[in-house]
Amino acid sequence: MPFIQSVQQIGHRTVNGIWRLGVVSRFFLLILLNSGASFRRFQLTLRELFFTGVMSLIIILVAGLFVGIVLGLQGYETLKSYGSESALGTLVALSLVRELGPVLAALLFASRAGSAMTAEIGLMKATEQLAAMEMMAVSPIARVVAPRFWAGVISMPLLAAMFSAMGVFGGYLVGVVFIGVDEGSFWSQMQGAVDFQHDILNGALKSLVFGIAVTVIALFEGFDAPPTAEGVSGATTRTVVQSSLAILLLDVVLTAFMFRGI
Amino acid sequence: MIGKKQRTLTSKISSGNPEKFAFSARCGCKLPSLECALSKFPRKFFVSQQALVEIRDVNFSYDSRPILKGINMTFHKGKVIAIMGGSGCGKTTLFRLIGGALRPTKGDITIAGQNIHQLDQHGLYAMRRKMGVLFQFGALFTDMSVYDNVAFQMREHTDLPEEMIHDLVMMKLHSVGLRGTHALMPAELSGGMARRVALARTVALDPMLILYDEPFAGLDPISLSVVGASIRRLNNALGATSVVVTHDVQESLKIVDYIYFISDGVIVAEGTPAEIEASDKPYVHQFVHGKMDGPLPFHYPSSDYRQDLGVSV
Repeated sequence: MPFIQSVQQIGHRTVNGIWRLGVVSRFFLLILLNSGASFRRFQLTLRELFFTGVMSLIIILVAGLFVGIVLGLQGYETLKSYGSESALGTLVALSLVRELGPVLAALLFASRAGSAMTAEIGLMKATEQLAAMEMMAVSPIARVVAPRFWAGVISMPLLAAMFSAMGVFGGYLVGVVFIGVDEGSFWSQMQGAVDFQHDILNGALKSLVFGIAVTVIALFEGFDAPPTAEGVSGATTRTVVQSSLAILLLDVVLTAFMFRGI
Repeated sequence: MIGKKQRTLTSKISSGNPEKFAFSARCGCKLPSLECALSKFPRKFFVSQQALVEIRDVNFSYDSRPILKGINMTFHKGKVIAIMGGSGCGKTTLFRLIGGALRPTKGDITIAGQNIHQLDQHGLYAMRRKMGVLFQFGALFTDMSVYDNVAFQMREHTDLPEEMIHDLVMMKLHSVGLRGTHALMPAELSGGMARRVALARTVALDPMLILYDEPFAGLDPISLSVVGASIRRLNNALGATSVVVTHDVQESLKIVDYIYFISDGVIVAEGTPAEIEASDKPYVHQFVHGKMDGPLPFHYPSSDYRQDLGVSV
């Protein structure tokens, strides 16, 4: 009977997964319906923007700088063998703006801000703060969840843009300042190759989608966490794992649509 | 303008004007305003025969496991009522049913003439604005200061100017003796202080019904006595009705008007503190005197002891 049992288990997990997807969608809808206060009382969202956006800035900027430096070093070695070192600026900028900026910034955002959101809301639930709010006739979705959601959605594209800008600076630093690639061709080729709509706007759109995915997953996991230490810890882990997988999966889909025109 | 007026009033009170605020000066309790005056009236002044909460034949089950069976209770206006019972007897479930967080499988709960389980979300929230709930460990918002915690409902539900909110928050904190903690964060408070701040937050909008879930749990004797006295005093001052879910017998007997004992989902005894103390019902006797064995057995149901030890019968 082990075969039947494994089939049963697969079936159970599939049904459970679909059911959970439905619950997440409903949660997302509830956030949108309860978003009025996040804009009417924008200071609530502004406060969360500080914690999710501004507090994530250091890790985003440092990671962007290092990724740019590594891209500059690796790119230079490869381009040199074809005698086209002057295209280093193009390589660095396109890699960052199209792919690495949105994806890596979103992965870092999920680890830093997403996990913090889950832990905070999970603990608020475990210590009955959300129940207290509900009993005070204040909707926790409108007061706690929605401002965090909009803060995540607003800050994600900005963080990705800063990641890319810092990366380009890192590539410039290593390529032009240390290796000696011509500064004029570094910037002019970059300017000629990077298209505002095709590259920059598509990259921003990607980071916006990642921002929505990461914050919805993080907020849902926190809100749904069993009110115990183990429950909150498990929810935080699930946030990081599921967000990372969602980012990579969405990236494949979005890249296919944006750059191959499927 | 109103804010300025209010501020002037508060400053007059705190400076202790002997003519206008004779109650405060005479009793020396430093309670400002109407609250002090009201707390001096005899308890019977507030007790009316009008029922605020009526619980009629309430049954509740989790899945198919019955938790509450045919509960009937009436809470009169101005009274402090205790619901007591051992752990897992269903008293917290009843507490959540009264707050509208759970729906009974059978029966009705009426508050101020309205069946709360027939209200929509908007109606339920409107009802909850007239209720105050104190959770077991206070449930203070940890990302806000003491001041912001107490001001929370005023900011959410009223359009009062910030100056007036300031004065009201200070008065609420003063009534629980913690005006000096307004700038602290909840993590900087002791357990007893956190409970008192939560009490100030609970009565922030002068509710008509106040629900307390285990307000004495984990408190030292001094804090316990302070919280107990505050519950009674605030109930009298506000003319509210308080429902205290607890298993602290001695403290409850001192402050409540009526007690319900629940065991295994049914009411096994009820009465005034004097009746309860004099009761010879086995369950009440075991509970009030903390006897180890009785109608509530010490041993969890299990198989034969000798069999578990492997001793032949």
